[in-house]
Amino acid sequence: MAILVIAEHDDSSIKAATLNAVTAATKLGGEVHLLVAGSNCAAAAAAAARISGVGKVLLADAPHYADQSPENVAALLVSIAGAYSHLLAAATTRGKNCMPRVAALLDVAQISEISGVESADTFVRPIYAGNVVATVQSADPVKVITVRATAFEAAGEGGSAAIESLPAGPDLGLSRLLGRELTKSERPELTAAKVIVSGGRGMANGENFHRLLEPLADKLGAALGASRAAVDAGFVPNDYQVGQTGKIVAPQLYIAVGISGAIQHLAGMKDSKIIVAINKDAEAPIFQVADYGLVADLFEVLPALQAELG
Amino acid sequence: MSNVACGTTPGIALRVVIKEKKVKILVPVKRVVDYNVKVRVKPDASDVDLANVKMSMNPFDEIAVEEAVRLKEAGIATEVVAVSAGVANCQETLRTAMAIGADRGILIQTDVELQPLAVAKLLQAVCAKEQPQLVLCGKQAIDDDANQTGQMLAGLMGWPQATFASKLVVAGQQATVTREIDGGLETIEVVLPAVVSTDLRLNEPRYATLPNIMKAKRKPLETTTPAALGVDVAPRLKTLKAAEPPKRTAGIKVADAADLVLKLKTEAKVI
Repeated sequence: MAILVIAEHDDSSIKAATLNAVTAATKLGGEVHLLVAGSNCAAAAAAAARISGVGKVLLADAPHYADQSPENVAALLVSIAGAYSHLLAAATTRGKNCMPRVAALLDVAQISEISGVESADTFVRPIYAGNVVATVQSADPVKVITVRATAFEAAGEGGSAAIESLPAGPDLGLSRLLGRELTKSERPELTAAKVIVSGGRGMANGENFHRLLEPLADKLGAALGASRAAVDAGFVPNDYQVGQTGKIVAPQLYIAVGISGAIQHLAGMKDSKIIVAINKDAEAPIFQVADYGLVADLFEVLPALQAELG
Repeated sequence: MSNVACGTTPGIALRVVIKEKKVKILVPVKRVVDYNVKVRVKPDASDVDLANVKMSMNPFDEIAVEEAVRLKEAGIATEVVAVSAGVANCQETLRTAMAIGADRGILIQTDVELQPLAVAKLLQAVCAKEQPQLVLCGKQAIDDDANQTGQMLAGLMGWPQATFASKLVVAGQQATVTREIDGGLETIEVVLPAVVSTDLRLNEPRYATLPNIMKAKRKPLETTTPAALGVDVAPRLKTLKAAEPPKRTAGIKVADAADLVLKLKTEAKVI
């Protein structure tokens, strides 16, 4: 049977995390199909068809998919699920919102945020904020899965899949989108960035993020992140949050500034290739996972770092 | 339902008072390993070792209880019912919810390992009986990190879902919810009944005061079972193995900013 990946897109392009979900799907043994549900989303479907490893793109283009509401998308998925052994989506806020609803409607379990595929019915997933890794086996006829993007390589380009139009499912009219306020930034997205500069409670206020961390991030071409403590304190918006309850990242370089290293923060970044910690408290737990630690006052180090980077 | 009251005194304009239908809220609460505890795996690697570990209410559920109680205090909700599924000790979690301000508790008692689909079905049965207009739940439990139950319940009920809420306004038969999404915020409007799941910034839960903890002990707590609710809770996923992830080891300390940049360039080669 074939495997269906639900594409995350903005009607014109495919979001990066979908490429990782496609790679997870290719490990399951079966043809991989990609569903693009949206409104005026032919461009996204065309982009989906170019992803390497995708055998077919299903396009459901209708006005009531414009918001990609979980209610309408889940109803569509349930109507086509019979042809598939697995339904996958990236574990983004959108994937996490929609897939459990699909699973419940199919009367099957959902397997959240898999970080490994052992076989077609056995998966590895982190629990307890990543302090434990569980191997779980599903006996359900359809496996509904969300994929932790950082655990799988991104699928490349070079595919030329056929695009097939799907009849739209029902418009349930259960919810209405009033608006989105998206953070506008020239910097890379947190989950796709090669370098991340992250600030914690030690930054003291939002102005210091702006004044001291942003220039450093810009010098390094880095995304800006934060610990939950910094978000709770109101220094930065919630979508900066890295950790168990925020974003899971695994960049080449993660620079933690004024972050003590609570378990729940480590859960979001400990798979980074190189970790740098800057903290004036030599006992801070962040140093236990850092490749390079600098015990110093961040308010002196950050300007010096900027100067060093030229 | 709208009540229309007419002013009869001559000279006074006709006054129309729309009485809003009030909302009953169901709040599912989960007993989990306290967030400060670092869990360990059993020596036979079969599962997590939960013997003699401190248990608490799931933090996101606390936020849900707080929000429900605030809606009651604001005169929008009529009743807040906390419900928990699991072992007998989940009573403590329900008492905590009642100390924050929930009016009563329902314990669905079982020793079977409950997975999200089973909990969603149990909640579906409770919803059929209690007829709440709003189910307010935590977005994810910090033990299994599943982030599923609210969405599953919404699906089973055929209700709208507003997950990861950072702001909730209930007016009449509608809820306007601001959601935390990747890249920012989204505001949606859903018709009640609905499921709303809480994110961190929705509120800061109060500390239960001693008088309220005492008062909570006298609030009604009803006990039922999955069988009495007619729900099959057999697990669908089998845990084959639990392991601790590979540990990262501490690296080296660098002297200053210049040393750090040099090492990142020449040793780690990441900049």
